[in-house]
Amino acid sequence: MLQRRTHPSFVRYIDKSREYYAAQGYDKPYAWAHYADVPFCGLSKPLAGSRIGLVTTADRAPREQGRDARLYAEPVEREERLYTEMFWDRDATHTDDPESFLPRASMARQRDAGRVGSLSPRFYGLPTDYSQRRTLEHDAPRIEAWMREDGVEAAVLVAL
Amino acid sequence: MCHQTVSLVARHLESRGIPTVVIGSARDIVEECGVPRFLFVDFPLGNPCGKPWDRAMQDAIASAALDLLVSAWAPRTTVQRPEIWNPSDDLGWRDNFMRVDAHNRAALAREGEARRRAQAAAKAGQSAG
Repeated sequence: MLQRRTHPSFVRYIDKSREYYAAQGYDKPYAWAHYADVPFCGLSKPLAGSRIGLVTTADRAPREQGRDARLYAEPVEREERLYTEMFWDRDATHTDDPESFLPRASMARQRDAGRVGSLSPRFYGLPTDYSQRRTLEHDAPRIEAWMREDGVEAAVLVAL
Repeated sequence: MCHQTVSLVARHLESRGIPTVVIGSARDIVEECGVPRFLFVDFPLGNPCGKPWDRAMQDAIASAALDLLVSAWAPRTTVQRPEIWNPSDDLGWRDNFMRVDAHNRAALAREGEARRRAQAAAKAGQSAG
């Protein structure tokens, strides 16, 4: 059905957050990462024979335990609580169902249905960071190294 | 911010030969950064893999992410899921989030000021300790 709109339908978080923090008196807007070039590689073998690894920005520990505790590799069957203290829409929804932000059971069903070869025995926790440098220089290589140890052949990354 | 962090790591993994797909709900942040494959779920931040407890929707979104791993043939491929958060009012949550208007502008300014004072006090406490 045709609809007409004067603004994009998707929420413009870059604009919203800049205006919000300006209203709070922060005069220097955050500079978001932007690249003109984007890397790309295909699967090296069919998905049904590939091992999938999951990456989340949810934490396994409360934030006061510090940044190091939030970069982690945990058994995918782990059932302990995940912490979602970062920035999400607390007025509109909740994060009580971990499958709504980390699809471990959904991906296990995909595996059981034969769509993917296997799931990595671990999933990977990535600290949300204002510092693009820390993510790129410290966290990304660590996540890659864990994935190589676990034989991951394709990655599904979910942002909270 | 979570969306920027996963986008940066997706780019790193892809450049090192591990194909990636990002699932998320902040389209502008992911696309500004630039990722190989992006499954856009147009929901409030917090449930990019489907509504809480809705297993059928969650399975459909997980399946679509896998489809995208296979079907994308060029970087910056975005696929938008058809699910609608609130079919009877899908604009309310968009307007409410980080809203700035005449009603809350003064309160936001006070909050920012209070936070800066608290941060300055914490910093002074650290250097004193």
